[in-house]
Amino acid sequence: MKELVLILVTSALVNNVVLSQFLGLCPFLGVSKSVDTAAGMGGAVIFVITLSSFVTSVIYKFILIPTNLTYLQTIVFILIIAALVQFVEMFLKKSIPSLYKALGVYLPLITTNCAVLGVALLNVQKNYGILEGTVNGFATAVGFTIAIILMAGIREKIKYNDIPKAFQGFPIVLLTAGLMAIAFFGFSGLK
Amino acid sequence: MKPNTPAERLINGILKENPTFVLMLGMCPTLAITTSASNGIGMGLTTTVILAASNLMISLLRNFIPDRVRMPAYIVVVASFVTVVQLLLQGFIPALYASLGIYIPLIVVNCIILGRAEAYASKHGPVASLFDGIGMGLGFTLSITIIGMVRELIGSGKLFGFTVLPLADAASGKIGYEPITIFVLAPGAFFVLAFLSAIQNKLRIGAARRGIDPSNPDCGGSCAACGNIACKQKGGANDK
Repeated sequence: MKELVLILVTSALVNNVVLSQFLGLCPFLGVSKSVDTAAGMGGAVIFVITLSSFVTSVIYKFILIPTNLTYLQTIVFILIIAALVQFVEMFLKKSIPSLYKALGVYLPLITTNCAVLGVALLNVQKNYGILEGTVNGFATAVGFTIAIILMAGIREKIKYNDIPKAFQGFPIVLLTAGLMAIAFFGFSGLK
Repeated sequence: MKPNTPAERLINGILKENPTFVLMLGMCPTLAITTSASNGIGMGLTTTVILAASNLMISLLRNFIPDRVRMPAYIVVVASFVTVVQLLLQGFIPALYASLGIYIPLIVVNCIILGRAEAYASKHGPVASLFDGIGMGLGFTLSITIIGMVRELIGSGKLFGFTVLPLADAASGKIGYEPITIFVLAPGAFFVLAFLSAIQNKLRIGAARRGIDPSNPDCGGSCAACGNIACKQKGGANDK
């Protein structure tokens, strides 16, 4: 139990997926214009990453290890993730339309989110079991959501500031991300 | 210069459509592994090999892959080459394998590779596609090596591991360069790229000149190339 809490804190805050590992940078920069969309994206990412890290852990443990095919992990994981995202989209559309309405637009974007594949590979690298892997996936996604919502909040305020012309748009967002990364260094004391 | 010749493709990839500075593709590895110039070269050349091989293969297969399943097919081709290269690196260059770590398998989801497969290799012959891959790969290598050099120089006073700026030593009172360590850490990556794209904005070159909405690099910059379905169909999550 203690170990799981440790994984939760480490993956969500200390080793924040966006700000210290640079995974999932595209949606972090692209979908952080308003808090609403950022929260929607965050929700979809939590959903997909938790599910995909569970499925990939199970498949790794019960199929790839017994058949000695662990070197195929990259191919297998990316196909699982792509299929899973498609499946989740179809399932939500059919059975939970309200949730589909909230998350639907973000789901196709997630396949190209390298955080999803990154978490699956990190779980293997760190020798996590199924439970630890799933918790790690959930925590990583929560870390992503925290980062993207904070970023969206800041960007909503930045909009009204007087920024030098050259720094408008992409550069100021990157500078903000850099300052946030410095702030997140503060969490490394929690280790 | 005649289009789609090997030489034209090389120059196009390195200068005219440089994937990092002009197209703004593949930002994850660009920021993550550029802590030193040699890491940049290693990552760049690894990506170049995979890009050239997958471009060649996809171009050869372009008449056999049904249009509806082309994305999964491309992903399988790319992932296979990534696995091969990963095993080769692990066997023959273990030092590079260790320093790039998880970012080697993550080359699979690098936008540049799927982008070139979709935008170029699936429509052109094998020779032109091969050189397109090499050109794009070298362009990527060049840019991330430059970013790596800047970060390494400011962050530790070294270039390619050799001390260029003699460091200050407080104990013996020697005067020298005081390294700004933050530049080799995560925030430094954001700062370097921020200034780089600010310079682009100022000079109206690169992505800025092409009229890409710089605040939305994901959709604006790479959507057509990246196979980013959401951008194409629904005008992007932002525009709703």
